[in-house]
Amino acid sequence: MENKITIRNLNLYYGDLQALRDVNLDIQERQITALIGPSGCGKSTFLRVLNRMNDLIEGVRVEGRVLLDGEDIYGPDVDVVQLRKRVGMVFQRPNPFPMSVYDNVAYGPRIHGQKNKRRLDEIVEASLRAAALWDEVADRLFHSALGLSGGQQQRLCIARLLAVEPDVVLMDEPTSALDPISTLRIEELLQELKNNYAIVIVTHNMQQAARVSDVTAFFLNGEIVEAGETHKLFTKPRDQRTEDYITGRFG
Amino acid sequence: MSNRRSFDVELADLKQDILRMASLVEQSIYKAMEALLNQDPLIAKGVITGDDAIDRLRYEVENNCIRLIATQQPMARDLRVIVTGIKILTNLERMGDHAVDIARAAMCVCGRMPTKPLERIPQMARMVQHMVKDGLDAYVHGDVEKARQMCAMDDEVDEIYNLTFQNLISYMEANPHSIPCVVYLLLVARYLERLADRATNIGEDVIYLVTGEWHELN
Ligand SMILES: Nc1ncnc2c1ncn2[C@@H]1O[C@H](COP(=O)(O)OP(=O)(O)OP(=O)(O)O)[C@@H](O)[C@H]1O
Ligand SMILES: [Mg+2]
Repeated sequence: MENKITIRNLNLYYGDLQALRDVNLDIQERQITALIGPSGCGKSTFLRVLNRMNDLIEGVRVEGRVLLDGEDIYGPDVDVVQLRKRVGMVFQRPNPFPMSVYDNVAYGPRIHGQKNKRRLDEIVEASLRAAALWDEVADRLFHSALGLSGGQQQRLCIARLLAVEPDVVLMDEPTSALDPISTLRIEELLQELKNNYAIVIVTHNMQQAARVSDVTAFFLNGEIVEAGETHKLFTKPRDQRTEDYITGRFG
Repeated sequence: MSNRRSFDVELADLKQDILRMASLVEQSIYKAMEALLNQDPLIAKGVITGDDAIDRLRYEVENNCIRLIATQQPMARDLRVIVTGIKILTNLERMGDHAVDIARAAMCVCGRMPTKPLERIPQMARMVQHMVKDGLDAYVHGDVEKARQMCAMDDEVDEIYNLTFQNLISYMEANPHSIPCVVYLLLVARYLERLADRATNIGEDVIYLVTGEWHELN
């Protein structure tokens, strides 16, 4: 299988603090990669490396190589706006813009130059369908997105991201603020999306990682202790630290 | 008590329950052989009625395992402990059934057993008892090497079984009047051979418990 993203010898520093140490990982097309590990181990930092969101933080230094389809995303000619379009991100708390459902989804395509009204309508509908939200909002496309439930808002954020046709979807604890039913809907959605995207998801919910992902990477103190097929990692981890973490014996 | 602590206590209890069940089964096998060798129908009866307790314990402990899976959603070693626990319970329960089978056969031969044809049945029984004991020791200590060695004994048991089978057939050919009795000894040999297989299954469970991999050792 082709690597979508290849991470080699990655180190990241916030000023003097080293937050990632010699991280190596292959992220594959049409797979869900779950990142697990205790709070502060560097999961979000790592996720932000993959679309250079850390560039926005003062004093960050990145070493090593991150290849997207074989091209170094930290190379000199990289257009960061274009990169973030290809590698989109969904956050822990749904963050719809204070505008209509329609405008939320059309926002990205408009920014990237799409002006054709018919084409925008198509993109909005297709994205909302792909995010399994269309049926619930078709009759209130022009109402404020802030009136949606938390789970609907999170799916709207996913639709907003899909509207710009990314290659990779990054999700940082996307269901931690959602109820169990909304969580299941997002998890089902992930299974559908994975046919077309490489997905990387950070989760504190071990069962969720076990349920949804193909590959799991366990982070500890900025390092990857162990990464591999999810079913193996959760039945017979290679490293005692992984065992201790996933069985709740940590610390 | 933290959730993890109480879960650890429950896992430790599970191990104790399995050992309790195992010791009942070991006794049952021992008694069934005693009934056969001493031709004692009372002992045989005891084995048959005692099996209810084994069955009850099996369901009680198995239900516990299912509850732990549902409430704790175990992972990694915890998961393997519970899954192998259920499998070992099943094997032990079947071993208890074979002890009952032997006890029934013992009742059928009581009082009319010719001395010669016991053949190597007592030896087979000792080997089986040895295997069961080693299998459970391997379980208690997570000893893969011991589990492997124990499983290797299964081949020897099979050999003795084949030999015994041949010898008993020859004996019956030569002594047709003994057939109604000796045919039960054939069955006993067969039950012992099955017991050795069950012990081997437990060895495989132990190896999975420790290594996370299944090895067919039969
Ligand atoms: N903007 C920042 N400036 C300085 N240090 C930071 C910054 N963001 C994170 N860190 C530090 O980097 C380390 C990794 O943090 P990160 O947020 O990546 O962890 P995490 O695994 O996502 O934790 P959580 O599970 O709590 O979200 C921590 O020690 C954190 O304090
Ligand atoms: Mg985080």
